[in-house]
Amino acid sequence: MTISRKDIEKVAVLARIQVDDAQVSALEKDLGNILDLVDQLSAADTESVEPLAHPLDAVQRLRPDEVTETDQRAEFQAIAPATENGLYLVPRVIE
Amino acid sequence: MHNKSVAELSRALEQGTVSSVELTRQFLDRIRCEDGKYNSFITVTEDQALADARAADEQRANGNATPWTGVPFAHKDIFCTRGVRTTCGSKMLENFVPPYDATVTANFRKAGAVCLGKTNMDEFAMGSSNESSYFGPVTNPWGAKRVPGGSSGGSAAAVAARLVPAATATDTGGSIRQPAALCGVTGLKPTYGRVSRYGMIAFASSLDQGGTMARTAEDNALMLNVMAGFDPKDSTCVDRGVPDYTATLDEPLKGLKIGLPKEYFSEQLSPAMEQQVRDAVKEYEKLGATVKEVSLPHANLAIAAYYVIAPAEASANLSRFDGVRYGYRCEDPKDLMDLYTRTRAEGFGNEVERRILVGTYALSAGYFDAYYLKAQKVRRLIQQDFINAFREVDVLMSPTSPSPAFVQGEKSTDPVTMYLEDVFTIAVNLAGVPAMSVPAGFIDGLPVGLQIIGDYFSEARLLNAAHQFQQVTDWHQREPN
Amino acid sequence: MQWDIVIGLEIHVQLATRTKIFSGSSTAYGAEPNTQANAVDLAMPGTLPVPNEQAFRYAVMFGLAVNAEIERRSVFERKNYFYPDLPKGYQTTQLARPIVGPGYVDIQLENGESKRVRIHHAHLEEDAGKSLHEDFHGMTGVDLNRAGTPLIEVVTEPDMTNAEEAVAFAKKLHGIVTSLGICDGDMSQGSMRFDVNISLKPKGSDTLGTRTETKNLNSFRFMEQAIHHEVERQMDILEDGGEIVQETRLYNGDRDESRSMRTKEEANDYRYFPCPDLLPVVLDEAFIDEARNSLPELPDARKARFMDQYGLNDYDAGLLAADARLAAFFEETAQHGEDAKLSANWILGEFSARLNAEERSVNDSPVSGIQLGALVTRIADNTISSAGAKKVFEALWEGDGSDVDTIIDAKGLKQVSDTGELEKMVDEVLAGMPDQVAQYQSEEDPKKRKKMLGGFMGPLMKASKGQGNPKLFNEILQKKLDA
Repeated sequence: MTISRKDIEKVAVLARIQVDDAQVSALEKDLGNILDLVDQLSAADTESVEPLAHPLDAVQRLRPDEVTETDQRAEFQAIAPATENGLYLVPRVIE
Repeated sequence: MHNKSVAELSRALEQGTVSSVELTRQFLDRIRCEDGKYNSFITVTEDQALADARAADEQRANGNATPWTGVPFAHKDIFCTRGVRTTCGSKMLENFVPPYDATVTANFRKAGAVCLGKTNMDEFAMGSSNESSYFGPVTNPWGAKRVPGGSSGGSAAAVAARLVPAATATDTGGSIRQPAALCGVTGLKPTYGRVSRYGMIAFASSLDQGGTMARTAEDNALMLNVMAGFDPKDSTCVDRGVPDYTATLDEPLKGLKIGLPKEYFSEQLSPAMEQQVRDAVKEYEKLGATVKEVSLPHANLAIAAYYVIAPAEASANLSRFDGVRYGYRCEDPKDLMDLYTRTRAEGFGNEVERRILVGTYALSAGYFDAYYLKAQKVRRLIQQDFINAFREVDVLMSPTSPSPAFVQGEKSTDPVTMYLEDVFTIAVNLAGVPAMSVPAGFIDGLPVGLQIIGDYFSEARLLNAAHQFQQVTDWHQREPN
Repeated sequence: MQWDIVIGLEIHVQLATRTKIFSGSSTAYGAEPNTQANAVDLAMPGTLPVPNEQAFRYAVMFGLAVNAEIERRSVFERKNYFYPDLPKGYQTTQLARPIVGPGYVDIQLENGESKRVRIHHAHLEEDAGKSLHEDFHGMTGVDLNRAGTPLIEVVTEPDMTNAEEAVAFAKKLHGIVTSLGICDGDMSQGSMRFDVNISLKPKGSDTLGTRTETKNLNSFRFMEQAIHHEVERQMDILEDGGEIVQETRLYNGDRDESRSMRTKEEANDYRYFPCPDLLPVVLDEAFIDEARNSLPELPDARKARFMDQYGLNDYDAGLLAADARLAAFFEETAQHGEDAKLSANWILGEFSARLNAEERSVNDSPVSGIQLGALVTRIADNTISSAGAKKVFEALWEGDGSDVDTIIDAKGLKQVSDTGELEKMVDEVLAGMPDQVAQYQSEEDPKKRKKMLGGFMGPLMKASKGQGNPKLFNEILQKKLDA
């Protein structure tokens, strides 16, 4: 299984990771090798096998609707890259 | 003192032959003098440790101590520690100081243990050699230029080098057992859901499990006593009673049924490694165990399934590192896209980027069924293999890793070669069963590990089997020079 | 060419739980930015979601109210995309096994006909935070208080064919969720947000055209305008031989214009997969029965009761019963007033007009049902005229804290209904207008006579300083003039 440069560039945009041309070349080889490894899966007979999302056959526990949290904005924003007036700042978002 | 086990240190503290402050100073001194060679710590928290040690001594004096009160240990730098930076081995979190504790961290705090610092690891726990850490590689105390394994390589090296008697660790595809094997220490990956994942920075949520690392099985049991248990903050954590894991260590092994998966003893296994494992199994037979061959027919598909599921989950789990609320942010982003793509390109290392990209690809339109869904189906087949095997035997035994510690740089050029390091450990995570690695000999002066795999929630039996082995062998007591 | 319009709706309904869907943070509206965003909501490393039981109870109640199947084993998926108001980089939502399966709602149209709109499904998910685009040195500010607020997203089949139907459905849904008490229904605060999918096809054609999605409409009026606007826009393009681009559009209600949302750098690929931090949610029959037993009266049942209990007509009963708060206000008024029909008229007339003019919700009304009931009583017992009643209502609305009778006295609005006194006034006025009296009496046409009667009312009201009961004046006048 090969993965094209175009695929890699598309996936890098989806994953929001900047890659330059040299990296794309290296990734072409590395991801190609990984996908070769992964392609062993196609040999497995999985007809009528249910996918397994979780090792334990458990069901979700639900939480009572009670407020347990207090305001910790000061602590959380002390470790934020950029804040003002209690807001997180990001480059201007145009909708 | 630094050669003593947690159990021994706990007794010494109880008898008052040493104080926690004295112990803590000794270990901190050792870290200061020795760790330059190993780079096993990312952060050493001297002041906090001494303050905790003083508090522990007071607690002992007041007569309300636990076995851990005043005992030094270290956390893998994947567990969030309130007020102490938690990097996950990444530039992305180089200056991240969480204002909250992981549940595991809080449990050790409650028990009165004294944390000396945070141990080095592969970035975001992705790696088998500790070479992907942003904070530099860790050196195996058993051989200059040798890797300690990964991703919990810092914890394994620190325990092996007697810098701490015990350290926490995590295991997604072998990250406790393989470094334990390569560094000659004892490590346990519990059943998925046995230990809370809250505050343990996620790699692959359905595979990650926190666990223990120390020199003896008994110390692993003492650690698990603190770590295991229900946590309402983790939906995947199991609400099930926790036994005293030390209580059953001395049970005789007579009648223990051991299975040797034939797929793990193929011609690819080196004769030297096979010999070590077969010798270890012979010790078990002497202890009254019986041995038979079993089969895990889908074992050869485990790596393939893992390298779809783990990167897929990771690709989403690591999306939160976006430079907005915490962590690394690139300089002067020109727009939002630039903020994201440069922050993540500059903040993540190569291996993390590769896995995010593979995972993104596997989940993307047109590939979901062929990769992700297929891998989940194979995952069920692998789980069924274990369920079937445990109808016949009590535990499975195999090598932990294909070879002893390799030389730094030897496998880091090709990701796939590195991935094959986990050929014996990965299926265990897919099935979610518990497993240990126990020191079981040496090849060319380098330690090798015996992997013992148990049925769901059979940690007590695994620890019992490891402890009994350690009563008749001394591999775990050997010290690197 | 003639076109068929095809409309489907997606409605985001914020659930009125105390806490978020996956954390114990408060969902109260209006807090300082980011003071209700805890470690889980901020997607701090290592944090994990634990679902809120009440969100499931509310979703099940909704499902039962729209005649839907309830999924006994629902699953959460991750929908992956990057946006500053989405802290985890994915939204936790439901795709393959949503909690509410197919159902339907019947709507009433103005021509009296009823129409069934099918619901495709409704799923539970978390809301995003808010991006504030005011200028922070050219930056955008992000408030994550809303991040993690539970939503159900209701998705209809494309069963609506015009704006009237779409608005009728939206109002009906609003009535259902507010009656259930699972949503406060406050659209100005974003508690319900509508996305409208619209496409056109040649009349009678079976092939659906390309659709557009107009997002985040937060009032019924804007929704109606946006539909008209988009239908016209598409029609213009198609009739010029153009093609509709499948896209998301933003509608500006103040300017009645819409524009395409910034085209994304790449086609969206949300990479849905089951969330590995959450397990399947399995609801047992006891849970569903409990939700069923807790269902309150819904708009259709309430309408029938209003017709039966208060003698309202079909139209008025429908309007009052549709909105839970308006219905409650009506019942309060009717219980404190003499005349239920008159109460209904006042609420649907003066009261609603005033609320709309000030964009207030019933809950923010400065006039209570008890006060309005008292006012209605005084109209019914002829103490005040309807003109006087409007003055009292005005005083109440402006916050006059006194009771209705005190206001009537203070403003001197009490009608004179003493027939002796009124007759005396009529005699005096008629005596002063002999020509008009003669003219009236010589007129044969009853219509014209009626009109001429009005000519005496002005002087009469003046003579009584506006306090004469007009109805009685009228009766006395006729009696005297026709005698």
